[in-house]
Amino acid sequence: MSALVLAPAERLLPSGPGGNAGPGLDGHLARHGALRIPTRRDPAWRAGILQAVAASGLVGRGGAGFPAAVKWDSVARRSRRPTVVVNAMEGEPASAKDSVLLAYSPHLVLDGAYVAATAVGASEIVICVADHSQPAAASIEAAIAERRRAGTAVVRASVERPPGRYVTGEESALAGWLESRRALPSMRTNKSVPVTIGRRPALVHNAETLCQVALIARHGPEWFREMGTDETPGSTLVTVTGAVRQPGVLEVELGTPLVDILARAGLEAELSAVLLGGYGGAWLDPSRVSTPYAPGPLAAAGATQGVGVVIALPTTACGVAETARIVRYMAGESAGQCGPCVFGLPAIAGDLEALWAGRTGPDVLERIATRAGAIDGRGACRHPDGVARVVRSALAVFGADAAAHAEGRPCAGHARPTVLTLPEAGPGRWAR
Amino acid sequence: MLASSSTALWYTTRATGIVALVLLTGTMVLGILTAGRARTRSWPAFAQAELHRRVSLLAMVFLAIHVLTSVLDTYVDVGWGAIIVPFASSYRPVWTGLGTVGVDLVLAVAISSALRQRISASTWRAIHWLAYGSWPVAMAHSLGMGTDASRPWMIGLAGACSVAVLGSLAWRIIDRNQSRARALAAGVRTRAVPARHAAPRGTPAVSRAPAPSWPPAPSSGIPTRSTLPPHRSTDTATRILERGPS
Amino acid sequence: MGTVSPSRRIGVRVRVDPIACDAYGYCAELLPERITLDEWGYPIVDGTPVDAQLVELATRAAAVCPRRAVLLETVMVDR
Repeated sequence: MSALVLAPAERLLPSGPGGNAGPGLDGHLARHGALRIPTRRDPAWRAGILQAVAASGLVGRGGAGFPAAVKWDSVARRSRRPTVVVNAMEGEPASAKDSVLLAYSPHLVLDGAYVAATAVGASEIVICVADHSQPAAASIEAAIAERRRAGTAVVRASVERPPGRYVTGEESALAGWLESRRALPSMRTNKSVPVTIGRRPALVHNAETLCQVALIARHGPEWFREMGTDETPGSTLVTVTGAVRQPGVLEVELGTPLVDILARAGLEAELSAVLLGGYGGAWLDPSRVSTPYAPGPLAAAGATQGVGVVIALPTTACGVAETARIVRYMAGESAGQCGPCVFGLPAIAGDLEALWAGRTGPDVLERIATRAGAIDGRGACRHPDGVARVVRSALAVFGADAAAHAEGRPCAGHARPTVLTLPEAGPGRWAR
Repeated sequence: MLASSSTALWYTTRATGIVALVLLTGTMVLGILTAGRARTRSWPAFAQAELHRRVSLLAMVFLAIHVLTSVLDTYVDVGWGAIIVPFASSYRPVWTGLGTVGVDLVLAVAISSALRQRISASTWRAIHWLAYGSWPVAMAHSLGMGTDASRPWMIGLAGACSVAVLGSLAWRIIDRNQSRARALAAGVRTRAVPARHAAPRGTPAVSRAPAPSWPPAPSSGIPTRSTLPPHRSTDTATRILERGPS
Repeated sequence: MGTVSPSRRIGVRVRVDPIACDAYGYCAELLPERITLDEWGYPIVDGTPVDAQLVELATRAAAVCPRRAVLLETVMVDR
């Protein structure tokens, strides 16, 4: 296995033991170096950083993969002063990357937020952390206080604690909560029109995206592009769980084969499938496990990068049971605004649970497939789309097992406890 | 001459008032049935909704004539102000005043519907609910004014109108309870879901009746393992992966 | 205002706001050529632009919807 020679400059996570200098400001500066952000109006600097972000090809790391430069442009050209919103909600239960960033590199997050705020002319930064994530919130608040003491707080920053539900992290829902305490997604037809808080535009970015911005501001777009693929350069964080010896958050170069990522996390069982992207992502057949981990190749393989979730499902588990639990959870997380989601998700969940229990007719698989097609794209947000995708991928990847379940011959793993962890009955409380 | 024109006006007032009452009753019944999503095989539902709108417009026309002729009739002194200011008439202020209240409510509904594009959906709906008040007020006004109230045909008419409105209200209440019970039994949320939910600070994002899809796993029978949440703040693997064989 | 080239014309496309929609179903009755109802009574919309004969029905569907959920968009269509 040939090793890539790494650039000397640090990326998001420290490499090797002893590389982690702690979350404080001194450790941050020692590890990454200083970053000069002008406090006064500096059009040359603003133009320069906008150009750098565009040249870097950075796309959002919050699941949608939208080009960051296009977002900045659409916000900067509005007449009212924008707000920068740092989305560290991490509503996806299987993801931990944003919590890790806030706990271990809060100053990198702040750097990125300050850079973005100065570039688009924002007057304030709001960092949104889920109400049940106490360590992450404490860490970022301490970092803000440190900056104030050191006199390097460029823009006013505050921390908000919205309720940690699945859809609260959606851009328009988060903006809606900041505006009127109602975390409901709105109908968005055009992603290049920014969300607004009241009358003011908001630049909403995932915490990891802003960390990447902070690195691009220091080292430039060419350095950023030294890693990754041509279409999607850079590194990204993945949360690997399931049948692995060392579950956790890994920083990987985009384009790394998925099998290598699983090997690094210590895959310890024979694979039945890999869940990619999140609970609204997609199952991947084990025959395609050497797919490069990047949005393009994953989409071609029928999967998605999403928020960097990788869950290894062993052959001892039952894919039908896991999918049934996923859909039931997602049904409970619906914002309740759109009929196809409100009615369709519980219907599919019921079908899958009946399939798991073996008490269905022979046409249940067709009904599930039809219903998944019926909800796809028919809500205001992408919540039903994600469920449609994960259900369809389950029918493809677990096809033989599902057919056996439908005939009343469930697999050996169907009575075993499930592998995926899901919050039960409300946020922050886990399956016990 | 004056007396005969006054009589003509008076007859017109009475006649248009009765027609307006009947049309208002029709509007109410159609509105209740439409909102309650009544379906018949012979009529498409959209036609029902459009009929409600058109009958209400017709009712307003007759109401306008009724109001005009009552003011123009000099035999009794009602006064122009009494059209919209309740109880401002010198002639039988209470009963006329009730009529004025009815006119005010109808005007509010009409204006809000005309400006529907500019006001929020919830504002429009709140004002439209005022329409429920206009019918009993109109009925009381009709019976209280007394001119034809004692005639048997008027009593019959008033009775028929009341039966129609109260009957459709009763149907609406019963049917809603039945469909809600059916939906809950089927494990699905009912259709009467308000489009917007306001969440007071500190409560979960969406404050609505708990979706029957909670609690999930126990009722489905799928066993879950006792396990910890994944590494919210535990050890992280902090290595950058080398690229594999290219 | 730009000129409309002879190879393109203005068309009207029907969309439904899924948040406002409350499954009354009037739109599907008026415009079955573009709107059908799913098993829960909510509209499945065909986004093909309507031609001149159906524009009037599409407008009527938008007007009669009690939740104002039917939206009409003008688009440029190739002939």
